[in-house]
Amino acid sequence: MFAEFGYGILVVSFIVAIYSVFAAVYGATSKSAAMVESARRSMLLMFPLISLSAAALIYLLVNNHFEVAFVYEVTSRSMPTYLKVTAWWGGQAGSLVFWSWLLAAFASAVTIRKWERDIEFLPWVIVICSTTLIFFLGMVVVFENPFTRFWLVNGNVEPHMFAPANATLFTAGDGNGLNPLLRHPGMVIHPPMLYLGFVSYVIPYAFAMAALITGRTDDRWIRLTRRWSLWAWLFLSFGLVLGGRWAYDVLGWGGYWGWDPVEIAAFMPWLTGTAFLHSVMIQEKRGLLKHWNMILVILTYALVIFGTFLTRSGVLSSVHAFANSPIGPFFMGFVTLSLVVSIALVIWRWPMLRGETEMKSMLSREALFLLNNLLFMSVLVICFWGVIFPLVSELFTGQKVTVGPPFYERATAPIFAALMFLMGVAPLSAWGHSTIQTLGRAMWKSALAAAIITAVLFATYTQNYIALIGFFLIALVLLVTFQEFWRAARARQRAQSENFLTSLTRLMGRNRRRYGGYIIHISMMLMAIGILGIEIFQKETQGSLKQGDQLDIGGYTVEYRELASWDDSGKGVNFTRATIDVYKNGIYLGELNPRIDYYFDSQQNMTIPGNRSTFRDDLYVLLVDWQPVSSMGATFKIFVNPLVNWLWIGSLLFLVGIIFAAWPDRDPAEEPVRVARKANQTSAAD
Amino acid sequence: MQRTKFFLGGALILAAVVYLIFSSTQASAQYFMTVDEVKAEGSSVVGKSLRLSGAVLGDTIQYDSDTLTLTFDVAHVSGDNSEIEAQGGLAEVLEQAVNDPTRQRLSVSYVGAKPDLLRGEAQAIMTGKLGDDGVFYADELLLKCPTKYEEAVPEQAATK
Repeated sequence: MFAEFGYGILVVSFIVAIYSVFAAVYGATSKSAAMVESARRSMLLMFPLISLSAAALIYLLVNNHFEVAFVYEVTSRSMPTYLKVTAWWGGQAGSLVFWSWLLAAFASAVTIRKWERDIEFLPWVIVICSTTLIFFLGMVVVFENPFTRFWLVNGNVEPHMFAPANATLFTAGDGNGLNPLLRHPGMVIHPPMLYLGFVSYVIPYAFAMAALITGRTDDRWIRLTRRWSLWAWLFLSFGLVLGGRWAYDVLGWGGYWGWDPVEIAAFMPWLTGTAFLHSVMIQEKRGLLKHWNMILVILTYALVIFGTFLTRSGVLSSVHAFANSPIGPFFMGFVTLSLVVSIALVIWRWPMLRGETEMKSMLSREALFLLNNLLFMSVLVICFWGVIFPLVSELFTGQKVTVGPPFYERATAPIFAALMFLMGVAPLSAWGHSTIQTLGRAMWKSALAAAIITAVLFATYTQNYIALIGFFLIALVLLVTFQEFWRAARARQRAQSENFLTSLTRLMGRNRRRYGGYIIHISMMLMAIGILGIEIFQKETQGSLKQGDQLDIGGYTVEYRELASWDDSGKGVNFTRATIDVYKNGIYLGELNPRIDYYFDSQQNMTIPGNRSTFRDDLYVLLVDWQPVSSMGATFKIFVNPLVNWLWIGSLLFLVGIIFAAWPDRDPAEEPVRVARKANQTSAAD
Repeated sequence: MQRTKFFLGGALILAAVVYLIFSSTQASAQYFMTVDEVKAEGSSVVGKSLRLSGAVLGDTIQYDSDTLTLTFDVAHVSGDNSEIEAQGGLAEVLEQAVNDPTRQRLSVSYVGAKPDLLRGEAQAIMTGKLGDDGVFYADELLLKCPTKYEEAVPEQAATK
């Protein structure tokens, strides 16, 4: 009953989406406001419709309807209810419904208000959103139907949506269950965060296309979607960080990022999105780079669809065979089609997108922003090359060759260093024109202080030159950024005769994007400290210990005390937990409990580290093996990850920065006009 | 004049990125090979970074927990996913490989913890280098066990 209902509603939504595209195109070309209104209403109908279908799916998931193939694949009786609900996005078919549902929600949020002065955009925004919905719903309706059920046909179990002739419904006794690796709170919210980010980027893309089609190619579309791109960036970033934290907590390899194709698939739209975030500012302030912004938003959209294709079915499929999926060609076809159509539109409107001025100085703010964009694009090209390299090499040499994490680390590290240097320089350069002299004057104090800090680190902490370059850049960016806060707040304090804190908060409140951006720069540097720490200074050791044996690593002494193993039949898990005592310089610091959870239903292990985290370093202990009860020996792998905590602290500050920047202003209509601002420019103020 | 400067700058960045990509590709390329291919190439692939997959032979697994050295043999399986599908799926292919004495076999040595999933008829995906002694020295060891988890259609016995 619920399965037919859910599927029926999906088919209806699919048809409504097709109708809204035709109505919007017809309404826009024949200037019929009534048709556009009809398209808008059908757009608004999509969200409640898909919600109903999703509700049916969740009902089936929660109530153990194992006659439904999707429910059988992703849930089992032993899973708690909240995991059954979140299993919605635990498999491919469900996550495509989830994607569609989010897009319908966002498209509704955009179309629900009347648009008065931007009314010409409306039909085309509907066309883009609905076309994307048609694609996703079409895939669900035709290829990846989450409501498919099992039927017993001539003694064989076969999945079909509707009963074949002479078939009876087949209900499995229990489901396969969600992969245990995914039964983690971080993993419950990681995919929705990524998807929120992915889907939010459809909106700026839709407005960009509307701007191209209507020929209204000023920066109106950018201003209208500025918050969407910021929120999209927030969710995408948060999703990436959560994924890293989950890997650190659950995957038990002592790392947080493995340059896996799926990770890169989510990272690529982030790269273009970050470049876009910077380059729209040049268009708003200087009227430059209009072609470029269009291309960035198109690329981001294409990478979002591509990323959904690569990530859709979760972590495990990433190891290899995603090419086997029947929806692969369909996905690639849609990505190619949208790229071709969008680029054709850009070429058609090319003359309208000419810059309003020219870039004059190599060191001006806009030139440095452009450089920042080129560097982000370089990282993108490297990532893309790494992902497609096995295909390329097989095509040309017949030999399948792959590149691993060392490729990405080696190729991107100098570019990340250059980006950090830019973060230190760009905030000091002025729009329009800057010279070495003006930059030098603004920078020399910070540069000198950073050099002194680096010299101290050289003498006391490390002689690794890569780490020293990294720490120098981090110190430089932090000092320059703090100096910017200080200088602007002091200037305001003198002018307005307020106290310093009032000045600082008012200053930041009046220019949220700028100071939110600086907070993000600071957080990036904290994250860089963590990354340098774990990448360069990570220590590891392993050993088989008997009870009472000790192992020394990085100043810590760990002593193996005992091991316990028990079944929890309610959860269907066997837990094996070791207890080890941790000492530093003979002082007892506490105990750690690394463990291995064995899930009976999926016959799979999960290695949960015991982790002791401080600002200085993390002691990260994995239980990897144990001997039979008689000897009670156990094997441990132990990592000391210096400074890695700063990665997580930086991530939190990062979120604060984005939320600060994206928070609605009191009156968003009163936006500064470009021309008016040019008059009173100093080097630091924009 | 300014234009030339910008173009020069752009060209410089492009050159740097191309250099980074090519030098890093060369430095970290790993060749996908099968056991048959390794055996056929012989000494010419010694020292190259390889990525290799094979079916684990259960009774060859030995673990020395003092030196943490793990040794086992793998039997040849096809490296082509569609070929594996055509032969009845991974589980089927692995079972055949292990029970077929005519298949080429390769000894593997790995230092580290013994992975929980290591057992007979598991698929081992290894990266490492072939030694002069003909043993494959793996730096990284990934295991895949086709289990109930991957079944798309339930066993009929599950009927109530």
